[in-house]
Amino acid sequence: MSTTRLNCGYVPLVDSAPLIVAQELNFAADEGLSLNLLRQPSWAALRDLLALGHLDVAHMLAPMPIAMSLGLSGPMARIDALMVLSVNGTVIGVSNEMADAMRAKGWPGGFAAPQETAGPLLSALDRPLRVGVPFPYSMHRLLFEYWIGHAGLVDPSTLHIITTPPPLMADAVASNEIDVFCVGEPWGSVAVGNDVGELILPGAAIWAHAPEKVLAARHAWVEDNPSVVGALMRAVARAAAWLDTPKNRPLAIEILARSAHLDLPHAALDHALMGRFATQFGAAPVDVPGFLRFHDRAANFPWRSQAAWIGAEIARLAGINRDHAIDMAQRAMRPDCYRRHLGPIGVDMPGASAKIEGALTHPMAVASTRGEMILGPDAFFDGETFDFSPSE
Amino acid sequence: MTEEMKIAVIEPDPDRARDIIDALKEGGWNDVVVLGDVTGLARKLAALDPDLVLIDLANPSRDALEQVSVASEAQSRPVAMFVDRSDDEMTQAAVAAGLSAYVVGELQPDRIKPVLQTAIARFQMMSQMRNELEAAKQALADRKTVDRAKGMIMRAKGVGEEEAYALLRKTAMSQNRKVIEVAQALLTASDLLT
Repeated sequence: MSTTRLNCGYVPLVDSAPLIVAQELNFAADEGLSLNLLRQPSWAALRDLLALGHLDVAHMLAPMPIAMSLGLSGPMARIDALMVLSVNGTVIGVSNEMADAMRAKGWPGGFAAPQETAGPLLSALDRPLRVGVPFPYSMHRLLFEYWIGHAGLVDPSTLHIITTPPPLMADAVASNEIDVFCVGEPWGSVAVGNDVGELILPGAAIWAHAPEKVLAARHAWVEDNPSVVGALMRAVARAAAWLDTPKNRPLAIEILARSAHLDLPHAALDHALMGRFATQFGAAPVDVPGFLRFHDRAANFPWRSQAAWIGAEIARLAGINRDHAIDMAQRAMRPDCYRRHLGPIGVDMPGASAKIEGALTHPMAVASTRGEMILGPDAFFDGETFDFSPSE
Repeated sequence: MTEEMKIAVIEPDPDRARDIIDALKEGGWNDVVVLGDVTGLARKLAALDPDLVLIDLANPSRDALEQVSVASEAQSRPVAMFVDRSDDEMTQAAVAAGLSAYVVGELQPDRIKPVLQTAIARFQMMSQMRNELEAAKQALADRKTVDRAKGMIMRAKGVGEEEAYALLRKTAMSQNRKVIEVAQALLTASDLLT
């Protein structure tokens, strides 16, 4: 069997695991693919190299293909999100000074109380908050602004959003450049480990099922290479299922820690993959079940309704037409590819490609191709739901 | 040129920064500011308000540049561009050279182009030099590894240097691996056993 080599970009984060595992454990080779894993120093570099064709596929922040397709980020390019690579997995933290100031304002502490945390966060300082996010169009920023905006206490436009590369996040807290940080693991735990910050909320506490990273490729490339796209999606889906099998996580940590991939000590990867966090320097770790999901509960399914939510939030941030943004966002998400390529290998498919986001507060069985599928919960912290009129 | 264009160069290495400034000055651009320390990049750039930013593609602070582009959009100024949206060829050349350029504000492409061309030539030359240096360093490190492995075989089997190397080569060929990989494996194994 001849091997197709794909240039595959990723940013060194725990949730790049599905691509690394697909290559390392030969799920890609089984499909006749070789993933040339190219580590990128920044999201902007990854984005531009994908748009210009130097990369064939990439591990990408879920809002990025949508922002790119809307011409809001970098070179205008129509980018497809073929599948979701990971759900949740981000943390929000504050500097140690902020944490003390929040306690003085009645913050109960802990890692799971968005309603009780928003007030003390916003009143802790008598100046606008400086919030570090990894990229202007990232789920980190969308979740943070949704949380603050819907807590109803402040106009999010008064926040200073400061883009800070994840590996520099802990330093930015230490040098008092930012008060709050929203970041993917391991970088939140690095800030705690350096005793400069405290974790206050996992992203999942704001939206229980937020698509975090997606598998992205140029739209024209996707259309021109259906068999390669199918092979890649099958390899990645198998890697994602492997990753969500608890007994495989220690080996996953072993593989990711290697210098060729994330080049980080095991301890830095443990938190996200084992779902155990020390929120404060020296504190006993607490369990955060389902902190980062790669496959279970239809995690990989690219819901058009998720895309619509992202489109609506981006439209608000960028001040562009909401209907247009929602329409373009839904075109960027490709549940059709997902059904076509993963249905035949027995991946369970939901009956519809859109749902009312935020409606599930408990796991629920829904109709699917193989009988029933367990979804959710996907609730927003404030109990709101997001519905829209599908364009088709 | 009637109107001076302000260029910000983001480059932590002072030698490289100096080379870029020299190249730009040769090209007739005198208003060049270098930012070496990348902390608070977005804030510093907002204060400087340059017409053009040159940054290495491999610089992790590139994402912070996006801040400037998004911020300028919010003020309904022209969108920050990656090089120039209308010129694919130029963009390709810049990316191949490892160069990013972000244009904030209203700038005519014919004014950006010569600046970028100068910078691209410079970046290309320097990235080539950097690659050659890396290759030389790697070759040196590899030779040391192979020498150590050879020494180990010589001691263990009581053979000469040439024979030890021949054995390494034969093993590498039969396993379809590089000599350096076999040498490395041998050293790792011996580290474990001692």
